[in-house]
Amino acid sequence: MQIYTAPLRDMRFVLNELHTDDGFGDIPALADFTPDLTEAVLTEAAKLCQDVLLPLNRSGDEEGCTLENGVVRTPKGFIEAYKAFTEGGWNALVLPPEWGGQGAPEAVGKLVEEMICATNVSFSLYPGLTNGAIAALTVYANDTLKQEYLPKMVSGEWSGTMCLTEPHCGTDLGLLRTRAEPDGEGGYKLSGAKIFISAGEHDLTSNIVHLVLARLPDAPKGVKGISLFLVPKYLPDAEGNPSVRNGAKCTAIEHKMGLKASATCQMLFEDAKGWLVGEPHRGLEAMFTMMNAERVGVGIQGLGIGEAAYQSAVWYAKDRLQGRSLSGAKHPDKPADPIIVHPDVRRMLLTMRAWNEGCRGVSAWVARALDAEKHGAEPEQRQRAADFVALMTPVVKAMFTDLGLESASLAVQCYGGHGFIRESGVEQYMRDARIAMLYEGTNGIQALDLVGRKMPAEMGRYLRSFFHPVSDFIEANLEDPAIGKMVAGLKRAFEALQGATAIIAERGMKDPEEGGAAATDYLRLMGLVAMAYCFAKASKIASRALMSGSGEAGFYKAKIDTARFFYEKLLPQSASLYLAIKAGKGSVMDFAEEAF
Amino acid sequence: MKILVPVKRVIDYNVKPRVKADGTGVDLANVKMSMNPFDEIAVEEAIRLKEKGIATEIVVASIGPAKAQETLRTALAMGADRAILVATDDAVEPLAVAKILKAIAEEEQPALVILGKQAIDDDSNQTGQMLAALLGRPQGTFANAVTVEGDKVIVAREIDGGLETVQLALPAIITTDLRLNQPRYASLPNIMKAKSKPLATKAPADYGVDTAPRLRTVTVAEPPMRQAGIKVADIDDLVGKLKELGVA
Ligand SMILES: Cc1cc2nc3c(=O)[nH]c(=O)nc-3n(C[C@H](O)[C@H](O)[C@H](O)COP(=O)(O)OP(=O)(O)OC[C@H]3O[C@@H](n4cnc5c(N)ncnc54)[C@H](O)[C@@H]3O)c2cc1C
Repeated sequence: MQIYTAPLRDMRFVLNELHTDDGFGDIPALADFTPDLTEAVLTEAAKLCQDVLLPLNRSGDEEGCTLENGVVRTPKGFIEAYKAFTEGGWNALVLPPEWGGQGAPEAVGKLVEEMICATNVSFSLYPGLTNGAIAALTVYANDTLKQEYLPKMVSGEWSGTMCLTEPHCGTDLGLLRTRAEPDGEGGYKLSGAKIFISAGEHDLTSNIVHLVLARLPDAPKGVKGISLFLVPKYLPDAEGNPSVRNGAKCTAIEHKMGLKASATCQMLFEDAKGWLVGEPHRGLEAMFTMMNAERVGVGIQGLGIGEAAYQSAVWYAKDRLQGRSLSGAKHPDKPADPIIVHPDVRRMLLTMRAWNEGCRGVSAWVARALDAEKHGAEPEQRQRAADFVALMTPVVKAMFTDLGLESASLAVQCYGGHGFIRESGVEQYMRDARIAMLYEGTNGIQALDLVGRKMPAEMGRYLRSFFHPVSDFIEANLEDPAIGKMVAGLKRAFEALQGATAIIAERGMKDPEEGGAAATDYLRLMGLVAMAYCFAKASKIASRALMSGSGEAGFYKAKIDTARFFYEKLLPQSASLYLAIKAGKGSVMDFAEEAF
Repeated sequence: MKILVPVKRVIDYNVKPRVKADGTGVDLANVKMSMNPFDEIAVEEAIRLKEKGIATEIVVASIGPAKAQETLRTALAMGADRAILVATDDAVEPLAVAKILKAIAEEEQPALVILGKQAIDDDSNQTGQMLAALLGRPQGTFANAVTVEGDKVIVAREIDGGLETVQLALPAIITTDLRLNQPRYASLPNIMKAKSKPLATKAPADYGVDTAPRLRTVTVAEPPMRQAGIKVADIDDLVGKLKELGVA
């Protein structure tokens, strides 16, 4: 059964307790968002997600989207849910107030995103893509386009898409073929075919604003010849209302493994009217502004599904009676014990729990940096925050989505054969989680981004934004009676990460394939260290709270116990990752291609 | 016209209450608390009357711990205009609450006081009726539909086996039943605005009310576990068993 209650206590913990000393400081621009207010926001968001989005998750998966005569219909209930969502202003939670948004901190926004993804990841894409498009337009569009499009997109009346992918061109955007020719009126005419366009066509909004990558007639070959265009489904009239249908049509929707309530569209642009966004041939830069923000969001999809999978598995493990506890019957009055007594089931539940809490700790840290990057008072602070965000974005995207799938798979395992049956609800989590490892840059590409770009950037300055706080923390807490043992574990994992960094830097300089072969392992190693750091800090806070007689002993004790499980059962993976990295590219690249 | 809506902070309806080990009450430490669902319906009804142009101001009031502020903010986020917190850490009983509400009503002069029919923590179902009696105003309890016409309010009441419609002269007291309406979700802009809406904090003494309990709780216990049923062979067997149990 799909069970989900927003983990509000842990959310409050990562928001208000865990990262107060992260050096990103108090952000005056966000001072209005007091803990009282954020509490009210999170509580209400939880209500909406649980009552409105969750009930549509399975029905949306069963029903899927349909295309008839060029019209795409979303599953039953989605129109009403989208209306409730946008009327409540939730789509605009973190959007800029100057365009009608609420201007809330990302630190709050990411928690709300987690709830949305946990309850209905398909739904999350409709407002999600719109927000990405808004981010690009806010920075790169001219004032006329901004005035015409942003208010309606921020209110949710119109939605947005990003159109990059073509049949022959996915990761390698240099192969892109869609053309744009000046129409002699200051605009452009776009022609070409796009595939896999999320929310390319649907029945939730009165207009759809496509951001399309295409080539101008004089464009240089490759990625340096791509420009970004705004192409609306309906051209606005003088009053700004949708009027003439533009030549942007959905020709098919994809039949997918999961994410079925999100319409993934093949789009055909036939002399579609569009406007240039940003400079000619600089479209990729604009698109990547939007992609970077989206990538953290895709990571959150993994976390959201991981949490929903965990809760659904816990419910089942307490309910399902099979076998007897190895240490003697725990419920002799019943025909068998609930499966939660079995060590292997507990291992699975705690693995999911530790991944979720670890990821939530890391994402709250990155979200604070996103806020400091945007609103920080000092330039130095903004720079350090920007470095940290740039470094961590591929880690959040790839590790969270890998772990989201792992948790979903563990939930299926907890359900046994019943998990494989549709009605259990948990197999949907597995299918829905799978896409997040692919889009917005596959996880392999994220790892290359980390090793190839972020690691060497500015002579290691990005790395230092992460390494310094970790080494300071280790030094300050090795002797701490409550967490000293944990910190010793953190120290070992951190040394492995530093060692791996040195190996890759040295070998990669001479041979880029060395970096490529180590990238995925390195990304996970860095992610594990980030989680270990968050768990050690969390345990320190929790043990102080317990010592001072906190009334919430249950919460803080479970926090320490989860951290202990992470340190004893999961963090040791860092040692094997280090060894795999150290072994180098040989075994990967020496293998003869004919032998495959 | 002004509407007064009292709201109570209670254990959340999703939480399974646990009795304290010493049997003195329900364990509320670190338990999720929310607005009493019937009170949410009352707030919603007041907002609808305001949206129809009938009400001009909605005042919400809560008598309880300082934390009840959150409950008041929730009501403000839904659309109430102003809030009064009468702060006390005592467990207040319906009579004391009714007396404080009487004093507030005399100060505020609302044309309607809309209350939940009962609070889901103690299920007393008394405050509205006591308030009507103390104020000497007409009452329409268990409201299923509310229509204001001029200086009258027509209330369809849920009673056993159907609805009963009563007409009350304003000012009047209404208590809500479950089917009166479906409360809205607070919108994000309204949650933000709620922060700056006025919230006055008072004490019971400001209204000259002594909240000392008049009732004594002897013990609080979990309901007994349901016993397994037994099969009976036929009607005679059934009647025999019922007689044995002394119920027939
Ligand atoms: C449901 C869904 C929704 C989508 N939504 C959108 C959308 O809204 N807009 C949009 O534009 N696109 C969208 N996409 C497309 C998605 O972003 C691409 O599928 C993705 O970028 C990968 O491209 P590809 O499928 O062509 O794979 P390929 O690029 O062919 O990659 C195949 C494999 O090769 C690896 N690989 C490729 N190049 C390299 C390299 N240089 N080094 C190492 N490994 C490499 C990849 O990691 C991958 O494992 C969506 C896709 C799906 C399935």
